[in-house]
Amino acid sequence: MTSEGIGARVLRKEDKRFITGNGNYTDDVKLPRMGYAAFVRSPHAHAKVRSIKTDAALAMPGVDAVLNGHQLVADGIGNIICGWMIHSKDGSPMNMGQWRALESETVRFVGQAVAVVVADTLQQAMDAAEAVEVDYEELPVIVDSRDALKEGAPQLHPEAPGNLIFDWEIGEEAATNAAFDSAKTIVSMDIDNNRLVPNPMEPRSAVASFDAAEEHYTLYTTSQNPHVARLVLSAFYNVAPEHKLRVIAPDVGGGFGSKIYIYPEEIACLWASKRVGRPVKWTSDRTEAFLTDAHGRDHHSTAEMALDENNRITGLRVNTLANLGAYMSLFSSSVPTYLYATLLSGQYNIPNIYANVKTVYTNTTPVDAYRGAGRPEATYVIERMMETAARQIGMDPADFRRLNFVTEFPHQTPVIMCYDAGDYDASLNAAMKAIDYAGFASRRAQSEANGKLRGIGMSCYIEACGIAPSQAVGSLGAGVGLWESAEVRVNPVGTIEVLTGSHSHGQGHETTFSQLIAERFGLPTDNVAIVHGDTDKVQFGMGTYGSRSGAVGMSAIVKALDKVEDKAKRIAAHLMEASEGDIEIENGELKVAGTDKKLSFTEIALAAYTAHNLPEGMEPGLKESAFYDPTNFTFPAGTHICEVEIDPDTGKVEVVNFVAADDFGTIINPMIVEGQVHGGLVQGIGQALLENAAYDEDGQLLSASYMDYTMPRADDVPSFKLETTVTECPGNPLGMKGCGEAGAIGSPPAVINAITDALGVEDFAMPASPSRVWQALQQKGMKEAAE
Amino acid sequence: MGQVTMTVNGKTVSGTVEDRTLLSTFIRENLALTGTHVGCDTSQCGACLVHVDGKAVKSCTMLAAQANGGAVTTIEGVGTPAELHPVQKAFKENHGLQCGFCTPGMIMSAIDMINRLGPNLDEDTIRHELEGNICRCTGYHNIVKAIKQASEEMADVLEAAE
Repeated sequence: MTSEGIGARVLRKEDKRFITGNGNYTDDVKLPRMGYAAFVRSPHAHAKVRSIKTDAALAMPGVDAVLNGHQLVADGIGNIICGWMIHSKDGSPMNMGQWRALESETVRFVGQAVAVVVADTLQQAMDAAEAVEVDYEELPVIVDSRDALKEGAPQLHPEAPGNLIFDWEIGEEAATNAAFDSAKTIVSMDIDNNRLVPNPMEPRSAVASFDAAEEHYTLYTTSQNPHVARLVLSAFYNVAPEHKLRVIAPDVGGGFGSKIYIYPEEIACLWASKRVGRPVKWTSDRTEAFLTDAHGRDHHSTAEMALDENNRITGLRVNTLANLGAYMSLFSSSVPTYLYATLLSGQYNIPNIYANVKTVYTNTTPVDAYRGAGRPEATYVIERMMETAARQIGMDPADFRRLNFVTEFPHQTPVIMCYDAGDYDASLNAAMKAIDYAGFASRRAQSEANGKLRGIGMSCYIEACGIAPSQAVGSLGAGVGLWESAEVRVNPVGTIEVLTGSHSHGQGHETTFSQLIAERFGLPTDNVAIVHGDTDKVQFGMGTYGSRSGAVGMSAIVKALDKVEDKAKRIAAHLMEASEGDIEIENGELKVAGTDKKLSFTEIALAAYTAHNLPEGMEPGLKESAFYDPTNFTFPAGTHICEVEIDPDTGKVEVVNFVAADDFGTIINPMIVEGQVHGGLVQGIGQALLENAAYDEDGQLLSASYMDYTMPRADDVPSFKLETTVTECPGNPLGMKGCGEAGAIGSPPAVINAITDALGVEDFAMPASPSRVWQALQQKGMKEAAE
Repeated sequence: MGQVTMTVNGKTVSGTVEDRTLLSTFIRENLALTGTHVGCDTSQCGACLVHVDGKAVKSCTMLAAQANGGAVTTIEGVGTPAELHPVQKAFKENHGLQCGFCTPGMIMSAIDMINRLGPNLDEDTIRHELEGNICRCTGYHNIVKAIKQASEEMADVLEAAE
């Protein structure tokens, strides 16, 4: 390999354009004659739309059109779909309500789009949107999922009696109950996972144009998966057939899951661009983002753990109620089921697991995958239970975990997943050493001397990434396959373009993917261009989410590189009159082993394209493509340990020490992987300490701006100590597991375990804001004083 | 509608704007300098941060008319891909950015911080001073490292000059 191959800390190729202000995000796109869209949105969480009056708005300067849902339906635009079918335990399919891009009959959450205005300028469009008069008849509202199933609750969708979407189960109920019947110790807890708003810094945006002569649409959009967007817009929303629709996701400013889905605004802009005969741009403002970007989490669970006389776990029973909001978003049904309950075994040998998950509609923003998607919720349940169980039986939390670790692989859990490789002791040991676990007692004493409360907490997480084997997810209800594609084009001068179906929105693919070529051919990464995010350039791809770009996307590139290498070697062998098996590739040259005969990669590429002297029957050119379908999920795992100090006078929790020891398998670029971990950790710490999507009883989102929703800022978080342990993933050619979500998955329980340790309480609900911590301390003080 | 004239990145520019036009809108829409980003509506995120008459300003919190006659520096005026400012260079070398959306504001904030508080900044100061800039990708770890390195390098430059 060269200094830029696998394992090298190569600085990012993409940085120059971003640090000099030359990035190209969707809102930077300006097309000739472009108009601007502004949406008329419901101020009510649940209401009938009696009428929409548009005369005043249409008469305003610069206004082209005010379009509503009746016109949308009349033009044949399809309802928004959920792409993963879940069946209830009685075998019935999930109850999916109708969701239209523009709603003309019943609105079901604050911010739902009712109409769209297109005008010459954004200001004109916004002014006109204000002038659209919508007459609403307010209906009773459900906000909390626990109210949705109550008798007499308001009904949101006629398709979903009692607001129940599905009542799903996994695992063996009878066997699990039997484990509890014979348990020595039973630990039970109510565990909530608070609702979050993903908040990529770039708000969603769409620029749509229609070419009437060609009947062809182009959509620039903030998407993590432009090909999926094109497929869904074509096949389900009937905007245009696939060959008449180009979707471009240029530089995208973060996604975290929220830019997977195809939203009403993108559909409406495409449709409107044809109706008004000009390109249409819409860019979300931040409050629109809070109201309409798919939210994350929002689970209420009850969990019970059974232990035998040796403190080994014999059973786990979990009941979860998941709030999916007012409509079923694209992958919403998979998050609280196959991405959640299948990870409830954690890093542990648990012979019996049973989980029941009910999902419900409420008058809130739709909920879907947010960084980790189901796996943070599972990790939070299992790691809060492990901590609480250890305290209940009086064992050190690390020893209790170690006693129950899975140590032999492959390991089949009772909830579908088969863990392929791991060394959980190794990451636990690395984390404990890095944080000086043994020295905690003296640090706590020091804090006490300073009038502060100190606590330590750990979380040993496992997640499933590299989604996913297509046949397996197909059998579980997925509407798509989850493979990835790649094409490697060697140019006649030997430079290389890699076209990938993965999409980078901060992950640094232009750098890491280029490192694969440096590793393979010894060429500099500067000779490589990574092409992504444009359906006209890349044939197809499933996009980037679920930490899949490494394990799945790069595996596809490796497969294509195998074919390129093979052909290059055959050409080299032919030209140098050597046997193919004797050709070696090193530092950009193809050599005949044991001789001084060699040709440069450029000479081989040129020979492939001049085609003057190729082996008999060989086609000219040097370009290969591949589809890679994984054989299993991958299983990144590790230990996070958090140390907090709490000021009892203010209730402020300070994270004073945080260690993450992760096993991601093979790492291509440690610098980029560390960056992914840092970011994930802060999102997880943000959930534990600061962030919360709060609704009032009328369904108004109280935290709908950065004035109200507490985003982690630089002085809310520490610097981190990171360790890596490596067990290679046996399931893919590079041995990669994925690193994008681990930080957000492992950290919330580590923080809460540390806080409950510091406070000496069994539980503390997220987020542990200063006022709530202070109140808890006052109550505890009063309780202790009374005792 | 009114006429505004100002110096942006050393060049005199004019434009006709509505009275309510924000400086951020003028920079992005009238001047097509799209390195200045808009990430919120409440002057919280700092993605739109520019320098006006040498002071850090969130350009979404100022009217274009208020900058009339002033000197504005945006990210495009700080350095070029061929000749990076030490802060830009430090962001690249320390992987202080991922999606890049908050980055122009972060860099403009960091330059202002070093200009105001002098070189050799410590971590606590940097974290405190970054309170007006939100990043969702990096967890701030490498941004703090980058600013620390840049502030040290700028100290070396000053020392060498003495």
